[in-house]
Amino acid sequence: MATLTHQENLTAEYLEVTPGARKNFMFIIIAGVAVLVLGVILSLLGIGSHHEAAEGAAAAHGAAHGGAEHHGSAPWLKRIIVSLWHNNVFFTGVSAIGTVFMAIQYVAYAGWSVVVKRINEALSAWLVPGLVIMLVVFGLNYINHDLFHWTTPGIMEKGNANYDAIIAGKQGFLNPIFYVIRMVLFLGLWIFFTKRLRDLSLAEDQIGGTSFFHKSINVSAAFLVVYAVSSSIAAWDWVMSVDTHWFSTMFGWYVFASWWVSGIAAVTLCAIILKQAGYLPLLKPDHLHDLGKFIFGFSIFWTYVWFSQFMLIWYANLPEEAVYFNQRLGGFNGQYTWIFYANLVINFAFPFLVLMTRDAKRQMIMLKIVCIAILVGHWTDFYLMFMPGTMKADNGFIIEIGIALIFLGSFLILMTKRLAQASLTPVHHPFLDESVHHTT
Amino acid sequence: MTKRFALGIFEDEDVLLHAVENVREAGVKIYEVFSPFPIHGIDDALGIERSRLPIAAFFFGLTGLAFALWLQIYTLGFDWPMIIGGKPHIALPAFIPVAFELTVLFCCHGMVITFYTISNLYPRWKTPVLDVRSTDDKFVMAIEVNENTDMNKLTQILRENGASEVNQKEMSKF
Repeated sequence: MATLTHQENLTAEYLEVTPGARKNFMFIIIAGVAVLVLGVILSLLGIGSHHEAAEGAAAAHGAAHGGAEHHGSAPWLKRIIVSLWHNNVFFTGVSAIGTVFMAIQYVAYAGWSVVVKRINEALSAWLVPGLVIMLVVFGLNYINHDLFHWTTPGIMEKGNANYDAIIAGKQGFLNPIFYVIRMVLFLGLWIFFTKRLRDLSLAEDQIGGTSFFHKSINVSAAFLVVYAVSSSIAAWDWVMSVDTHWFSTMFGWYVFASWWVSGIAAVTLCAIILKQAGYLPLLKPDHLHDLGKFIFGFSIFWTYVWFSQFMLIWYANLPEEAVYFNQRLGGFNGQYTWIFYANLVINFAFPFLVLMTRDAKRQMIMLKIVCIAILVGHWTDFYLMFMPGTMKADNGFIIEIGIALIFLGSFLILMTKRLAQASLTPVHHPFLDESVHHTT
Repeated sequence: MTKRFALGIFEDEDVLLHAVENVREAGVKIYEVFSPFPIHGIDDALGIERSRLPIAAFFFGLTGLAFALWLQIYTLGFDWPMIIGGKPHIALPAFIPVAFELTVLFCCHGMVITFYTISNLYPRWKTPVLDVRSTDDKFVMAIEVNENTDMNKLTQILRENGASEVNQKEMSKF
């Protein structure tokens, strides 16, 4: 209603992670390990992979490199390494969105989102393990250079059998030392700003007043500048450099759009689950409505960026650019083609048609279905970014899903742990009253 | 046809909002409320059902999409086929930007025209306005009256709920 009533007596409420919930998270991890082991066994037995197709593709690939040969790891090991990287990039990116979303709300002086603020803070809990895993997997890459073609020894030395003039031209940027420096710097900065915002938020809970709010705005503004630059470069580093020869100027936005819409879907899903478990009494359909609008809008934004990248490459049809879509549309005996189209259906058509009406955005069940679809869909989007460049025709799903489940379980354990550390409602946030009376 | 209205003039939107609730509770049917700016919650207070405009918008958009696809497929594919950039005559990815733009164009123009028509806001020489101050700083509650209406009682109800004046006005073509 339009009339403002005075602030109701708001009390802190704490999430209690029940032993049952913890058991469920452990179950997800154990199920993931079981699926992973099953996948490795199947891979060793040669079931569910595409060896016939691999030979043709390998021949074509070898020709492209002037006859230079490089042997990767056994398919199962290669799949594990690629999959670890794929999942870590996805989960770390989604995790960072928690802080990005909160920072945007601060800078915009937005009040409506205060009731879901703590979920955003908790979402960022994966950043520290994300950095550690990323460093470890980058080390694993050096076993057989499965992940990044540009790390192959001698590839940048003139006269070496592995020499590749195009990749050698990128040496100033794509060299291991600078690469690791960028990785640590970017994630380090994201972790630093996340921690700073979290500390301010927790201090505000204890002391109150508006000073923490104003400090948060400054921190958020600085973070957004840092994130705008670093997320784009991170997308080149972590994702685009897998296809070392290829480049796209849309790629930073493309990866960000994918992370961003998945991050908002994760926050919404978490808010709905908490609400259904009896927490967040202040969360109303109006808040879900706004989150739903974000999901709807940014699904379209992702499609817009995706299409902007696709159409220019398709229209110009330059060989060095078009190879990216050649691999995904009909390449490797067409085994990625269905994922290519499924990606568009689940990430654009489905949320677009389902979330179009106002009622759908306000109903928990509809939003829940769309959020899960978007999270699965963008995981698949990243799958499609990584697999053709690394696994070529040897891609599979069982090992990948196993590792995704292990990541999911661990992610949820860390996230719920951080959620339980502070009151779910930031009781002294100056805009809390506005959020409580939010109408759409 | 000429209609007669009792106009309650209010100075404040919160007073108006409560007045709307109370007047409706007293069994008086409110014809319309005029305000210089949108008032949050007035739709619920007046008991106005949600607009079906979004449904119309969806079909306007669909019309635009169908028109754009027909236009491009018919002209470039059948009527006057041309090879552009070595692409097939019917090259769907190249048609998407135009299809998107025409969808948006049809959707918003259709929606604006529909809204203006159903709200009597289309342009004309003489605009019927019940009280011209409702475009400045006053809030006007219009109640349709006829010869059987007890004007004294209605005036009393409006006054009790904070109306600063109660006027009457006849309006044709409304």
